[in-house]
Amino acid sequence: MNTILIVGATSAIAEEIAKLYAGQGQRLVLWGRNLNHLHSIQNNLEVLGAAEVFCFEIDLDVCGKHADLLEETVAKVGAIDIALIAHGVLPDQQTAQENFAAMRASLHTNFLSYASILTVLANYFEPRKRGTIASITSVAADRGRKSNYVYGAAKAGASAFTDGLRGRLSASGVHVVNIKPGMVDTPMTAHFKKGLLFASPKTVASGIVKAIRKNKSTAYVPGYWRLIMCIIRSIPEAIFKKTNF
Amino acid sequence: MNRCQSWGRYPKAVQEIRPVRWRDTTVPNSGDKSILPYGLGRSYGDSCLNDGQALLETSGMNRFIAFDETSGILRCEAGMSLDDILKLIVPKGWFLPTTPGTKFITVGGAIANDIHGKNHHISGTFGCHVRAFELLRSDGNRTLCTPESNTDLFKATIGGLGLTGLITWAEFGLKKVGNAWIDLESIKFTGIGEFLELSKESDEGWEYTVSWIDCVAQGKSMGRGIFMRGNHSPASVLSRKVHADPKITALFDCPDMMLNSLSIKVFNTVYYGKQRTKYVRSRVHYDPFFYPLDAVNEWNRVYGKRGFFQYQFVIPFNGGKETMEAILRIIAASKQGSFLSVIKTFGKKVSPGMLSFPKPGITLALDFPNRGESTLKLFDELDTVVAAAGGSVYPAKDARMSADFFQKAYPQWRDFSEFIDPKFSSSFWRRVTTGS
Repeated sequence: MNTILIVGATSAIAEEIAKLYAGQGQRLVLWGRNLNHLHSIQNNLEVLGAAEVFCFEIDLDVCGKHADLLEETVAKVGAIDIALIAHGVLPDQQTAQENFAAMRASLHTNFLSYASILTVLANYFEPRKRGTIASITSVAADRGRKSNYVYGAAKAGASAFTDGLRGRLSASGVHVVNIKPGMVDTPMTAHFKKGLLFASPKTVASGIVKAIRKNKSTAYVPGYWRLIMCIIRSIPEAIFKKTNF
Repeated sequence: MNRCQSWGRYPKAVQEIRPVRWRDTTVPNSGDKSILPYGLGRSYGDSCLNDGQALLETSGMNRFIAFDETSGILRCEAGMSLDDILKLIVPKGWFLPTTPGTKFITVGGAIANDIHGKNHHISGTFGCHVRAFELLRSDGNRTLCTPESNTDLFKATIGGLGLTGLITWAEFGLKKVGNAWIDLESIKFTGIGEFLELSKESDEGWEYTVSWIDCVAQGKSMGRGIFMRGNHSPASVLSRKVHADPKITALFDCPDMMLNSLSIKVFNTVYYGKQRTKYVRSRVHYDPFFYPLDAVNEWNRVYGKRGFFQYQFVIPFNGGKETMEAILRIIAASKQGSFLSVIKTFGKKVSPGMLSFPKPGITLALDFPNRGESTLKLFDELDTVVAAAGGSVYPAKDARMSADFFQKAYPQWRDFSEFIDPKFSSSFWRRVTTGS
């Protein structure tokens, strides 16, 4: 049995992942902003078979609290085996272009708070010489695009940070997984028109749990996004800059 | 946005979609637009639509709250699907108190439509098994409704078509089973008279009864079909294997021409003929027994872009045989008959629901490809016969009945409308109350 920490546990993808782990009888630790919502998830995970579930309330934008909360968590629940980072916001590109405060807020959540929590987790796992950190970034990290480069830039930062961290921790035997979901049908994308490429949170969650089990370095979920992004990355910029992606 | 449609894909509706994920939510402000809860969209007609207005999409509010494995009492959020419930309860030796022909519906939808199943003659409707639910109104009030407290709202909400407010969670009792299997007997019958005799004879000893009927056959073959009766397999059978997710998806809309009177006739003849002997006994898993069509994701696309109608009605036993025969004659003569027509008798168990559809008598459910005017005309003709027999049509499956017919068949609608949340409405409700 593993103890799994989920950071940003009320996100739709995170919740599906937690359900899969609950079905395996694991212990789950949930971090999130809304304690009521965490408790709703906790009830569900307990019915589904989780060995134990613990909830901790935190505003992840307040980076200074990350280290303290991890200390408090470990004191209460014991050692963590797997940590998954799943929080994030999808800023409206147009608003971000016109309003720096809005842009900074999204960069803060999607990059700085990632960098902070990744560092805190790395410092926890490194001396223990075991464990897994899984960081949910995005296919948007792979190339800056006109329609959502503010989101893409923050995710690219988080992605590079995750990859670099893997190098740092490889000597200590700690695995770092960079998870790049494609388009997912979640409340974050509720206002989008859904095409064939949209996957359900359930499908994405099972891809993520599998990638963690197999100690992958980078996992595109669903897997066909590896091919799609390979093609998108190879389009010459002279052409790409004229597209509306 | 056109993401939320009804299962028959007729009529088409456009509405603002507001996902609801948390049971501590307040009803989202939709400005001057009315709202309606929308679960998994398995209602066939327009009772799950709110054209030009807004929908509260509840399928993300789908968490278990508590499950007592000793008493079989389950409490969960209203967007929870029967599919997910079965995956939890079957391995622990429990089953749904009653279930419709698809497991892809929500608990909220099961209550709002007061759904029935093959065990209606013994167990009544879903509403008969509901012990409590919380109803959230647009003014922010939360009411705990049970058979003993807030009884009026409890009764109005069961079968209340989602109009009385948003059900956030519900608690209901399950049925104890030893395994995941059903012992099934299939018996060929040659007419409505024989069907009724078989029903009567099976009502006591058989928990599940349902029949497929050939609604295309005319003359001497009219009313032929296959009567199916089942019981949960005895405790000596141990497997509690859960159903698998559907492996096949209908990826495109089939051409409208595919379901024509010839292909329907061939299908019905082959279906009747494939069982060679009068009696066949078998042991089947609950999944193909209760949910044969769930094997194909989005099977409704087989009916093409124009969609299809379901027509389900109930008529009293008294004079039922003659009425049913008259109806079969009309359908056969129309050459619009349906593939899977299902006939069953309802029992006497009374549901708490004010607007519930089932009542003692014979119910027939048919699907018809949408052929426009001629199909609508056929339904009007059927309505006349059903109305004359004192029967009614099932709102969850309806897309077209007249306001006049609805109000005569459900005279309690005026009393019911006192309980409607002032911000809630639906395409169906506007159609059958104001005729627009």
